[in-house]
Amino acid sequence: MNKKLITNIFLYLLVVAIVLVVLFPFLWMLASSFKTQVDIVSWPPKLIFSPTLQNYHKVFGEQDFLKYFINSTIVGSFAVGLSLVLGLPAAYSISRYAQKKLAVFILLARLMPGISFLMPWYIIFSRLNLMDSYVALILSHMLIALPIVVWIMSTYFSSIPREMEESAMVDGATRRYAFWAIILPLSGPGIITATTLSFIFSWNNFMFSQVLSMEKTKTLPIAVYNFVSYAEVDWGGVMAAAVAIMAPAIILTMIFQKYVVKGLTMGAVKG
Amino acid sequence: MIQSSFAERNLRILFPLPAIIFVALLMIFPVLYTLFLSFTNWNLTSGMPLSFNGINSYRRVLTEPRFLDAVGRTFEFTFFAVVIEGFLGVAIALILNRAFVGKSIAKLLLLLPLVATPVAVGIVFNLFYDPTIGLANFVLKSLGLPQGLWVSSAGSVIPSLILVDVWQWTPMITLIVLAGLAGLSEEPVEAARVDGASEWQILRYVTIPMVMPVILTAVILRLIDALKTFDIIFAMTGGGPGYASETLNIMGFKYSFEYFRMGQSSVILVALFLIVFLCSLGIMKLRASSEIRAG
Repeated sequence: MNKKLITNIFLYLLVVAIVLVVLFPFLWMLASSFKTQVDIVSWPPKLIFSPTLQNYHKVFGEQDFLKYFINSTIVGSFAVGLSLVLGLPAAYSISRYAQKKLAVFILLARLMPGISFLMPWYIIFSRLNLMDSYVALILSHMLIALPIVVWIMSTYFSSIPREMEESAMVDGATRRYAFWAIILPLSGPGIITATTLSFIFSWNNFMFSQVLSMEKTKTLPIAVYNFVSYAEVDWGGVMAAAVAIMAPAIILTMIFQKYVVKGLTMGAVKG
Repeated sequence: MIQSSFAERNLRILFPLPAIIFVALLMIFPVLYTLFLSFTNWNLTSGMPLSFNGINSYRRVLTEPRFLDAVGRTFEFTFFAVVIEGFLGVAIALILNRAFVGKSIAKLLLLLPLVATPVAVGIVFNLFYDPTIGLANFVLKSLGLPQGLWVSSAGSVIPSLILVDVWQWTPMITLIVLAGLAGLSEEPVEAARVDGASEWQILRYVTIPMVMPVILTAVILRLIDALKTFDIIFAMTGGGPGYASETLNIMGFKYSFEYFRMGQSSVILVALFLIVFLCSLGIMKLRASSEIRAG
C-alpha cells in the first residue's frame, strides 16, 4: 500500500511538471505584456512588478492592431465558409462512393510544402493585380482549410449509417435532397470540428500572408512579426501583441475543446 | 419518378467537382509552373525576359554548398525534433492515461501549444533565449552552469530551435496516442495481469505493441510537418546567424522573395517538394506493409 502511495505522489509530481512546462511560456508572455521595458530588461528577471497597461495601449492605439484583427477574421471566415461549400459535397462523395484516390488528391494540399504553391501564386496574383487583395488571401487560406474540412467531414459522414438517406431515397427523394435535408442536419458536431480547426489554422498562418498581403490586407501574424523588426527591443509591446493574437485561438479551443481534440486525433486513430 | 436526372446519375463526379477544380487550379497548376520555371533562368530583378537554360539552374543549385547544407540541416532538424517528440509524447501519454483527479484540465492545457500562433511562440522563446536579459541564461547562471548564446550562435541555434518545436508539437503526439489508448480493449491487459505480468511487462509487451500503429501515424504526421517547419525559424533567426539555421524551406523563401531568382528558387522548391513527397510515400508504404505483417 505504501508503495502505491509513493508511486501516486511521483506520478502527480510528473503531471505537475509537464503542465508547468506547457504553461510557462504562456504565463511569462502574459506577465511580460504587463511589464514596463525597465522591468523586462532588468536582471535578474522580475517576478514581482507593478503591472501597466501601456503595452496594450501601444499595440491597439498606435499600431492599429484592430485593423489586422479584422483582416484576419475576414480572411479566416471566408476561407472556412467557402471551404465548407466546396468541401462538404466532396467529403460526402468520398465517403459514400469510397473515392480513396480523390481523398488522397485533396489531402496532398495538406501534406505538400506551402511554399511550392506560394511562389507561383506570387507571380500569378501579381499579373492579375491581386496582390494585397482579400481575394488572393482567401484563396490561399482555402488551400489550408479545404483539406481539413474534407479530412474531418469524410470521416464524419462515414460514421452516419447509409440507411439514413437510403430510406428517404426509397420514398422518392433524390440523393442531393437527402444530403441536404437529412445528412447535413445530422452533421453539426463534425462541422463544428472542421470549422474550429480550419479557422485556427488559417488564423495562425504566417507564410502565405507574409508574401501575399501588404498594408491593406495585412493579417495579425504579419503584424506581430513586423512589430519585432519595427520595434527591435520593445519586448513589452511585442508580448502584448503576442497575447492579442493567441487569445482568440485559445478561447475558441477552450469553448470547443472536445471538438478540437476529436479533429486533431481523427483519422490517426481510425487508421 | 424522373429523378434519374443527369445530376443524380453523376453525383459522384458533380459533388466533388468544384473542390477538384479548386485544388487543380491552386495546387497542381502552380506546382507544374514551378517545375517549368526550374528549367529557366528567370530573375525578376534583372528585368530580362524568361529564357530556357535546360538543367543549368539544377547544376548551379545542386552543387552549391549552401544548398547541400540546407538539405542536411532540414533532415537534422526533422530527425532530432521528431525522435524527441515521439519518445516524450508517448511517455507523457502513458502518464496521463492513468486515472487521476484533474486529468481533464491537464488534457485541456496540453492543447494550448498546438493552437498557439507559431510566429508568436517563436518571439516569446526569443525573449527566453536573449543572452543578456533572457530567462534561459538566468536559470543556467543560477544553477552555476556556463551561459549560452542560444539562437545567436551557429553552434547552438539548431538545438535551440528544436527545443521550441518540441515544446509546441510534443502534445500533438500525446493527444493522438491518448486517443489510441482510450480505444484499446481492456481484455489483453487483464489477461496479462491474471497471468502475473508486472506493470512494466504489460506496458512493454501488451499496451505499447497495441498502440504502435497509432504511434507510427502520429510520428509520420509530425515528420511531414517538421520537414516543412518555417514560421518559428523565420521569426526567430531568419535562417541565421549566417546560414546556420537555413533549412530548405527558408532558403527557398529567400531565393523567391528576397533575391527574386525564380529559376533557382524553383529548383529548391522542387527539391523540397520531392523530399516531402517521397517521405510521405515511403512512410505510407512502410506502414501498409507493417500492418499486413501485424494483421
